[in-house]
Amino acid sequence: MTRHVIIGTGIAGYTAAETLRTMDPSVEIVLVSDDPYGFYSRPGLAYYLTGEIPEKQLFLFSKKGKLNLDVNHIKGQVTQIDPTSHTININTSGKVTYDRLLLATGASGVPLDVPGANLQGLVKLDDLQDTRKILSMIRNTKTAVVVGGGVVGIELVEGLVARGVKVHYLLRGDWFWSNVLGEIESGMVERPLAHNEVTLHHHEEIAEILGKRGKVTGVRTSTGKILQCEMVAVGIGVKARVDLAQGAGLKTERGIMVNEYLQTSASDVFAAGDAAQILDPFSGHSSIDNLWYPGRKQGRIAAFNMAGQKEMYKRTVATNVLLLAGVMTTIIGAIGSGRDEGQVSTMRGSSETWQQLPNTIASESGTDVSHLRLVVGEQKLLGALVMGDQKISRPLRDLINAQVDISPIRNQLLQPNEQFGQSVMDYWLKTKSGGQAR
Amino acid sequence: MTFPISNETRHVKTLVTGHVVSDPERCIQCGICSYNCPIGIDVRYYAWLGQFVEDSYCLTCGECVERCPRGVLHFEKTELFTGGQK
Repeated sequence: MTRHVIIGTGIAGYTAAETLRTMDPSVEIVLVSDDPYGFYSRPGLAYYLTGEIPEKQLFLFSKKGKLNLDVNHIKGQVTQIDPTSHTININTSGKVTYDRLLLATGASGVPLDVPGANLQGLVKLDDLQDTRKILSMIRNTKTAVVVGGGVVGIELVEGLVARGVKVHYLLRGDWFWSNVLGEIESGMVERPLAHNEVTLHHHEEIAEILGKRGKVTGVRTSTGKILQCEMVAVGIGVKARVDLAQGAGLKTERGIMVNEYLQTSASDVFAAGDAAQILDPFSGHSSIDNLWYPGRKQGRIAAFNMAGQKEMYKRTVATNVLLLAGVMTTIIGAIGSGRDEGQVSTMRGSSETWQQLPNTIASESGTDVSHLRLVVGEQKLLGALVMGDQKISRPLRDLINAQVDISPIRNQLLQPNEQFGQSVMDYWLKTKSGGQAR
Repeated sequence: MTFPISNETRHVKTLVTGHVVSDPERCIQCGICSYNCPIGIDVRYYAWLGQFVEDSYCLTCGECVERCPRGVLHFEKTELFTGGQK
């Protein structure tokens, strides 16, 4: 009987196990993870932190949907992989052999490398344990300093504010999430934050964490400001967990390198999710998506290939929907302003492809409460950012995903001050109904 | 003779002829929908499967649609009772 071993119980690992079991009721599946809580909604941690859901809600399939995956779940840490002998070593149960191995090892938060980073009161939002730690400290926290201008950073800010903590938010760039959002877009997020008494500090980083008797008492910023606080919350990015793959001699860069079949440089070893850096055979580029749905899709495709069914991973346009300071925001495809100079990691809830801005024209339209930005190529739309009113987001995703020829409306989209949302909607309806677009 | 249709009647008609549809690509399985369902339907499970909420107890009250932080859920007209006639 074929034995499939999966390392990691995140969305990619869990989906792979579910897919393998659905395909073959008799196959042997071993899941190995050092996360004591198993599979839960990691993006849901933000809502647990704000108090919108209780902890038990993070766990899927609590009612009728519970699937009996019939897996051998080993809790422990894999210390070594040997692709030659097809074995892995687990600290709690020794050697386990495999026929096919999936590395769904995920990514972990980049630690803050400043003096005082070992003080009690430094927190992150990587997993359930981290969230529990923050909540256990909330009662004794009046003020917190948050660093990290991306999704996790703002999740920390919103969570702490919802719990009644006063927040200083330190941003390295000119505005919030400056390598993805424009100034106007960022303003739509920063204004409600400021309204909720979040103090924003632009062009600031933490130079040193100050403490007394082993506990955080404040920070000194890069411009010399002293901010008193009891907690420092960090969301400055994540790095793929590649140590095991590197130790096994597999090819790695920012992540574990895989081809379009999610196969690593060892033929019986696959990788999926936040740890996988996937080659696009058409462009020759490889990138990492730190997103939930692509993780799920990759888990499914990896399972097919582990089971011997050759299935290519077709990258769809990276999309994420976020509630940023109460503003519903959809990001589709390439919309960023380029890579952040100082960036050494990827961001959770983000895709590297967003930062690839080709040589194109961006067109904007909007009001104070809604905003739409399109990245217009020669013949097709390459990216879009929709903030506020979301009626247009599904049509845009369809047009960008299907690479629909937008030549008939291209000029209209590039007119200054044009409210082009309706033109896009009309065009989408025409193409959707199969009618001849003008 | 035709009677004018009040807004309230229109609203009721929407509830009766609509069902909740999910877009799994947007869903992060946070479970806010299931948590806020007044009659305890596990809406998230339907989103996981990419199906509409096919539960005879669903009131189509819209609580899950309104609460979802990612815009996963929306109403669509159902053909269950109309036999495909609009």
